Amino acid sequence: MSASSLLNVLWRLGSFAGSLLLTLLGLTAVTFGIGRFIPVDPVLAVVGDHATREVYDKARLAMGLDRSVPEQYFLYLKKLVSGDFGTSVMTSHSILSDIVQFFPATLELSTIAAIIGVSAGVPAGVAAAAYKGRWPDQLVRIVGLFGYSMPVFWLGLVGLALFYGRLGWVAGPGRLDVGFEDIVTARTGVILIDSALAGEWEVFRNAASHIVLPACLLGYLSLAYIARMTRSFMIDQLSQEYVTAARIKGRSFWGAVWGHAFPNIMVPLITVVGLSYASLLEGSVLTETVFAWPGLGLYITRSLFNADMNAVLGGTLMVGAVFIGINLLCDFLYKVFDPRLRAA
Amino acid sequence: MSIEITPQLPPPGLSLGPSLSLSQWLLSDAPASRRQAVLGNGYRGLLSILANPAALVGLAIIAALVLIAVLAPVIAGFRSPTGQDLGHRLAAPGAAHWFGTDELGRDIYARTVHGARVTLTIVMLVSVVVAPIGLAVGTTAGYLGGWVDAVLMRITDIFLAFPRLVLALAFAAALGPGIENAVIAISLTAWPPYARIARAETVTIARSDFIAAVVLQGASTVRILFRHIVPLCLSSVIVRLTLDMAGIILTAAGLGFLGLGAQPPTAEWGAMVSAGRDVILDQWWVATIPGLAIFIVSLGFNLLGDGLRDVFDPKST
Repeated sequence: MSASSLLNVLWRLGSFAGSLLLTLLGLTAVTFGIGRFIPVDPVLAVVGDHATREVYDKARLAMGLDRSVPEQYFLYLKKLVSGDFGTSVMTSHSILSDIVQFFPATLELSTIAAIIGVSAGVPAGVAAAAYKGRWPDQLVRIVGLFGYSMPVFWLGLVGLALFYGRLGWVAGPGRLDVGFEDIVTARTGVILIDSALAGEWEVFRNAASHIVLPACLLGYLSLAYIARMTRSFMIDQLSQEYVTAARIKGRSFWGAVWGHAFPNIMVPLITVVGLSYASLLEGSVLTETVFAWPGLGLYITRSLFNADMNAVLGGTLMVGAVFIGINLLCDFLYKVFDPRLRAA
Repeated sequence: MSIEITPQLPPPGLSLGPSLSLSQWLLSDAPASRRQAVLGNGYRGLLSILANPAALVGLAIIAALVLIAVLAPVIAGFRSPTGQDLGHRLAAPGAAHWFGTDELGRDIYARTVHGARVTLTIVMLVSVVVAPIGLAVGTTAGYLGGWVDAVLMRITDIFLAFPRLVLALAFAAALGPGIENAVIAISLTAWPPYARIARAETVTIARSDFIAAVVLQGASTVRILFRHIVPLCLSSVIVRLTLDMAGIILTAAGLGFLGLGAQPPTAEWGAMVSAGRDVILDQWWVATIPGLAIFIVSLGFNLLGDGLRDVFDPKST
């Protein structure tokens, strides 16, 4: 790598870090605003309507509400940086420790969903592009359109009613059956990995039969997006002259598709996969609620029902930070790895 | 954006009798007035949508939604969407109750029909809020350029990177449940793409000769923005809005499902699915039918949006 291209990468790395920092600051400003301004009186929300004047004033001072708004925001940031998200009313733990406990379940679900989405969505998109305008293309289009249009919480309920209620093929809501809980010690927090490490294959099977339905559901949603994007990238490439040249040279049609055109869509495709992974993390909020999956999404919605605003905002901040991080990282990787942009 | 559509012959049904002259007038290459040009453009767009079966299905679904929402009491056969009949709780679909009844004995058919009104209200309110915000930010940034552009687009980028569903959830949770608050929550997170589109359009329009001409005539910046630039950005904003509408409906239904949308006893599809959650294994119809309504309507918007994009922006397909 020459000095100038190294400089280029460093420059992009700097601008990536800059926009990451700025966007995260924006996110904290929004959560601060929601927590500070939207409840009409945040003090009343804590002490209740019947508190005496003294209690009220004390709480106001303790919450730092006598200071100016920028000062309050600065204090809020300082607390966040030191990992203090407040205490959850629901679990009475610190919100950070709650997040650490709930996050692996979300990660487990979204990762398996992403694997399903990529391994089905990419071939489907390539096939749709190769058979453009014919029935495989139409089929992928319809499957994708349905994925875009289904309310995920409804599809989850229907799936549960059918595959769990009627057919009994999969296990019901939750992560494990009651009898299997607490057998495996949590090492990573991801039950499939923990149980495999411990050699508890019964637990593993049970966990797998719990995860298969929500993971397939989320995987289907990301499949819809990945297939659509793959198709449009692939159509672009297949219309290029180098594909024709490869065919004239004697390469088979599928050889040209996979050997010549496909490597050229890898860079934008990785971006798309990253983006869909980020939206899976976010989209799991509703799915987790339907499947009682004890991840961050369920944590947010349960806190919501308990009017536990600190926990809602803490969870939002966490999901938001991961989402923003992946988003901007994809953008950065795209710029670094795309040869055309590298040369510029 | 220039809309270039090769004039097509009107479908045979339209070319009979007096409508022939009307369509000729509409399709004229040399419109005599601004009105004729605008109507002609709209007519050409309509023709290409009619020629696209998928978009036609989408258009039909949305037209049906509007019709059902407007005529809800008539179509529901004047059955009340909130009238309870505890004697007939969770009745299966049948002659008396086409779609069955819910846990309070309310007629699900009537509730689903009336739910169209809530969905249509949300769709219209979000469009009315989001499009002007996006247009205002985008056209201002694109036309003024310089540091205004830099600051406004930085803010847009920041909002664009936010997780929309989770943030809408937090907004709705803080504002309290209700349709208006759900609309505000969705709008606050949905405007950035429109600002981006409007800015991109404005940057090209601002360099054109006719803008230079009105500047020389002494038009104010506000007048240029509203009279000359905004109208030209509208078509791409509307196409994008149609494409996004399915997502907006799904987000609204998701908020309703979590109890953050329309409050009981209002019939709202997301909340109706949520009400059927506990009985999904035995009384499948309570949750399934309103969910099907959400699915059909968002499918309609997706189909129409795809068709509109094919018509107005052939490059991106």
